[in-house]
Amino acid sequence: MHKNKFPIFENNRELVYLDSAATTQKPKEVLDAMYNYNIYNNASPNRGSYKLSLEATNLYKESKKNVATFIGAESEEIIYTKSATESLNLISYVLEKELKKNDEILVGISSHHSNLVPWQELAKRKNIVLKYIYLDKNGEFDLSDLKNKLSNNTRLVTFSYAVNTTGVVHDVKKIINLIKTFNTNIKIIVDGAQIVLHKNIDVKKLDIDFFVFSAHKMFGPIGIGVLYIKKELIEKLPPFLYGGDMIEFVEETKSIYKNNYEKYEGGTQSVELAVGLSAAIEFINKIGIKKIETYEKELHDYLLSKLKELDFIEIYFENQKNKTPVIAFNVKNVHSHDVSQILDMNNIAIRTGHHCTQPLMKYLNIPSCCRVSLSIYNTENDINKLIKSLYKVKEIFY
Amino acid sequence: MDYNKIYTSLIMEHNKSGHNKREIKNADYIERGHNPNCGDDITVQLKIKDDKIVDGAFIGIGCAISQASASILFDIINGKNINEAKHIVESYLKMIKKEEISEEDKEKLEDAVILENISNMPARVKCATLAWNGVKIIFNKI
Repeated sequence: MHKNKFPIFENNRELVYLDSAATTQKPKEVLDAMYNYNIYNNASPNRGSYKLSLEATNLYKESKKNVATFIGAESEEIIYTKSATESLNLISYVLEKELKKNDEILVGISSHHSNLVPWQELAKRKNIVLKYIYLDKNGEFDLSDLKNKLSNNTRLVTFSYAVNTTGVVHDVKKIINLIKTFNTNIKIIVDGAQIVLHKNIDVKKLDIDFFVFSAHKMFGPIGIGVLYIKKELIEKLPPFLYGGDMIEFVEETKSIYKNNYEKYEGGTQSVELAVGLSAAIEFINKIGIKKIETYEKELHDYLLSKLKELDFIEIYFENQKNKTPVIAFNVKNVHSHDVSQILDMNNIAIRTGHHCTQPLMKYLNIPSCCRVSLSIYNTENDINKLIKSLYKVKEIFY
Repeated sequence: MDYNKIYTSLIMEHNKSGHNKREIKNADYIERGHNPNCGDDITVQLKIKDDKIVDGAFIGIGCAISQASASILFDIINGKNINEAKHIVESYLKMIKKEEISEEDKEKLEDAVILENISNMPARVKCATLAWNGVKIIFNKI
């Protein structure tokens, strides 16, 4: 529907790109915004008292406003990092002082490694107990498992809003209500990297304490991530990276740090990437996230119906209703890497392997799988080409 | 590249047959190789007596290329002495890295030369070398 807005497809006419859950392609508006920033406005933000620097600072602040509105937060609650992974690592470091031996952290088994390994490391550093929340047969969290694992020692619960491997969208409101009913002091961290392009998010309504996502999974540039932290927590938690811009006063023997979002933004920030992210949000808003959701759902259902016609394919969580436009499957008795090889020879890009969710794959007992993830630049024709190539896989391997 | 240049009948046969895919009880050396990008996970095992490889095999999962290349590897090195096998493994790894090897060394690679095309496919190099690198690690330990 929107293929012509993405220049990569003009330069790769045969490309069928079905790996948007890994990274999305960028529309012309986003590329232009970053180019224009560099030729008209580039300067170091927050420091200079000259016009150009003030313009750069304003564009940076403008970007924060856009991001805040996008997820129902306030500008002062938005911190830019280099990725969702960095955002999650940052949280794990700043929460360290709050935690003590034998405290417990609950982690969703469907988490991306980015929201799993930092907690394993924190658990090692502080002798903290790590527990996993397992899934039911539909790939949803087993709420009774969550209930059983919540204890008086639980300090935080962290999970993905949508699972990058399977596309399953967790019922976040229900999960958070359950946790907050048990104990309002338990901190809740939600990895939103796989949801922000597909669904309207309101972190305040959901009562999330920490929310992370990255620009490059929502038509924005690679290299900028978002970290939302509730204002009262920002005020309470220590800084992370020390250096320029996060300071109030520096003397030879001691320093005083800012006590707002800036304490997490030490060093010169990338206005270029912030502008790109902002342009991506404007692009999404112009189309309308509801329209994106509707189109993706139609395409997802078309793909699912086509895949179901193939008796040599095994689809995972096909009956799950609440999903992003992602389908995980395997060609029976063929390794996913061989499938992607043959598809690639037909200019079809899909992701295969364990998708940075090894504990999930082990839990599901699937060594590796193929993942097709769709976006607004995909068409039914893309899916038809995929299906044709899957028949080619069958022809070679059967 | 043509499908037939990668998924040759020889590779497909090795992949399907599970040839040399078995557990060796009381193996003298075991090495597990893993390719985290695609989930290939292969353990190679060797039984060695008087500098000779009396038995070698692999277990684990992986794509057709990794399974076939492991299978072909043991077809070649089983029964050979360690130095000879070491040289073959090194020649193979050189070939996949697109380094030049002599015609004589190429001949010693037997069926493994069919995997030469993989050197043009960076994404598959790890698959084609997983078992071979495992055996190389073992040789370095001996």
